[in-house]
Amino acid sequence: MGREVSESCLENLLIEIVSSFCTGFYVDKPELAARRIEAIGFQVGHQLSERCAIDQPRFTDHLEAIKFICKDFWSELFKKQIDNLKTNHRGTFVLQDNRFRWLAHLSVDPSLDASSSIQDPSAMAKNKAAQATGMHLYFPCGIIRGALSNLGIPCAVSADISNLPACSFLVRIKA
Amino acid sequence: MPPVAPRPGDAIFASVERVNAELFTLTYGAIVRQLLTDLEEVEEVNKQLDQMGYNIGVRLVDEFLAKSNVSRCVDFKETAEVIAKVGFKMFLGVTASVSNWDAEGTACSIILEDNPLVDFVELPDTCQGLYYCNILSGVIRGALEMVSMKTEVTWLRDMLRGDDAFELQVKLLKQVPEEYPYKDDE
Repeated sequence: MGREVSESCLENLLIEIVSSFCTGFYVDKPELAARRIEAIGFQVGHQLSERCAIDQPRFTDHLEAIKFICKDFWSELFKKQIDNLKTNHRGTFVLQDNRFRWLAHLSVDPSLDASSSIQDPSAMAKNKAAQATGMHLYFPCGIIRGALSNLGIPCAVSADISNLPACSFLVRIKA
Repeated sequence: MPPVAPRPGDAIFASVERVNAELFTLTYGAIVRQLLTDLEEVEEVNKQLDQMGYNIGVRLVDEFLAKSNVSRCVDFKETAEVIAKVGFKMFLGVTASVSNWDAEGTACSIILEDNPLVDFVELPDTCQGLYYCNILSGVIRGALEMVSMKTEVTWLRDMLRGDDAFELQVKLLKQVPEEYPYKDDE
């Protein structure tokens, strides 16, 4: 077992990422804030998958790489694997975590549809609560995109929390 | 019933939910990196990290008191010891030590030889003046303010600047008497 810190250290950092990039300079610029938060996640995913994939044989196809994300990589992050993986075999994958830890402590309005809002942060500006929750999803989406990018797979990642506490990540691999 | 005894830091650390320290370290590093890009001035980054730490400290003190069973410290000396021995241990999994007390007992150093924030961190020359771990000083300041102690926290030694340890000076500026929201006869 490697080195550990208390979960609340990480939780508090994630809260501060969102709150410091959504106030002050960025208060009226949710798109910019979203991009910054996603970029932080991307950086983390990129570095962490580098370290985590070090002993892996080269992946022969996209599915292999996605499976690595679902099993080894997710276990590094959450000590559990992704619960459900679906694919249309044409470059789109849905990774579902039945109890996504990073949202467990957030109060979320279950009626909001984050799958559409996360694509367009300005659209959620009307609903502050929806916006705040949406902001918390950019970090994990960035992590997944960063991890796959490090494995040589460019993609777009969005999240759907219409089924809380489950969270689904939609990965679209760019041809 | 006898009062509940305070719990040692390592026992609390063993009982809380924990995460991979690498994830925490890389996340913090990515934040610092993003702030350096956005704010450009190193001094502004120091300020922002301190502010983030302050906000965290304000929240963290509740969790600290709830999980540690620490009762009211008799003086600032005991407070500093508790931060070093229990606080650092239960959150970061490392122990700090306290030394260099001034004659009045209002300023001391908290010394950290092992610091998960800086695992795999090297600062480029362009980051001269950056207090990479400034979030920690903010956390201490914020947490102490919640228990009525105004402090000033400054870095005296920094391993990323070539020193042999991290040393934070904590200076007690003012002990704010607790104000109760109501008077008895109201």
